[in-house]
Amino acid sequence: MAPSAERWLDRDAGPVVRPYAMTRGRTRPDGAGFELIAVVAATGVPPGDRLRYSPDHARVLRGCAQPVPVVDLAADLGLPIGVVRVLLGDLRDEGLIAVIADQRSAAGRRPPNGVLREVLNGLRAL
Amino acid sequence: MVSGHYDRAPAGRHGLDARPLITTKILIAGGFGAGKTTMVGSISEIRPLHTEEPMTDRSVGVDDVSGVGAKSTTTVAMDFGRITLSDQLLLYLFGTPGQERFWFMWDELAAGAIGAVVIADTRRLKGSFPAIDYFERRGVPFVVAVNCFGGERTHRPEDIAIALDLDPGVPVVLCDVRRRESSKKVLVALMEHVLSWPDAEEVTDGDRNPDHREPAT
Repeated sequence: MAPSAERWLDRDAGPVVRPYAMTRGRTRPDGAGFELIAVVAATGVPPGDRLRYSPDHARVLRGCAQPVPVVDLAADLGLPIGVVRVLLGDLRDEGLIAVIADQRSAAGRRPPNGVLREVLNGLRAL
Repeated sequence: MVSGHYDRAPAGRHGLDARPLITTKILIAGGFGAGKTTMVGSISEIRPLHTEEPMTDRSVGVDDVSGVGAKSTTTVAMDFGRITLSDQLLLYLFGTPGQERFWFMWDELAAGAIGAVVIADTRRLKGSFPAIDYFERRGVPFVVAVNCFGGERTHRPEDIAIALDLDPGVPVVLCDVRRRESSKKVLVALMEHVLSWPDAEEVTDGDRNPDHREPAT
């Protein structure tokens, strides 16, 4: 028999709530999507009571206090990437967060050569 | 608030005023058991990334390379690692999902990527064909990293290039992805290849939006 200390109450147990319950069933954000490596940040607009319906929105907003790539935000919060995108979309609709850099990748473009050279130099210096 | 140039922001300023982060990504592809997870783990800070697909194992960073026969699990969704190159420059590695039902994720991963590494296992070269085909079709620059398990170096890069029917100029690098230095060498080879890629300037400076996409088959 498993000792009581092994009750499934931590992250290993998986989400207690089905992921998309947090998004009220939505699997995509309204408006433009968020690229995986897009950098998002809080705008500094006070949220007021607009987020009262979801602590998850508040968590995401707190995670954006400093500029953060969308994938890191998902990893930090332990939320599925799709859920984070929907919640970010809600926050964007309220003017609370904005995408501050997406490296033009939304257009499927490679970074500029200056950036590529910086990456090369950075890798060599590792 | 919008200015042409952001500089280092004083502490406590809001996100939008802070210095910009530059994020870049490289894809790590290859057949089942070729060593994708191992490479991401040897060179980058592995981060847990949940996707909507169920993760059935927690084998991050412990991919078994001793022999495919001993491999009982594969990475279901994606491996994700981060290399902090400077305060402002981040490189992300995304292991491409290996199973066919995840092919839809490749387009998103490939969009805006610097390029890709295709890890080839000489015992089963066939496993790397789908990735090579995909990157060729999409015009994504890539290098082939031949993972020499346990120091086997019985193949010459030229022979591998022929066996894989690679276009001339696609670098083939012998490596051991368990070793950080070796994985680094592979990424450096990719960057050098990308910077020599004839389309680079055009893609960077041109206004056109190159779209090599073809319907998935």
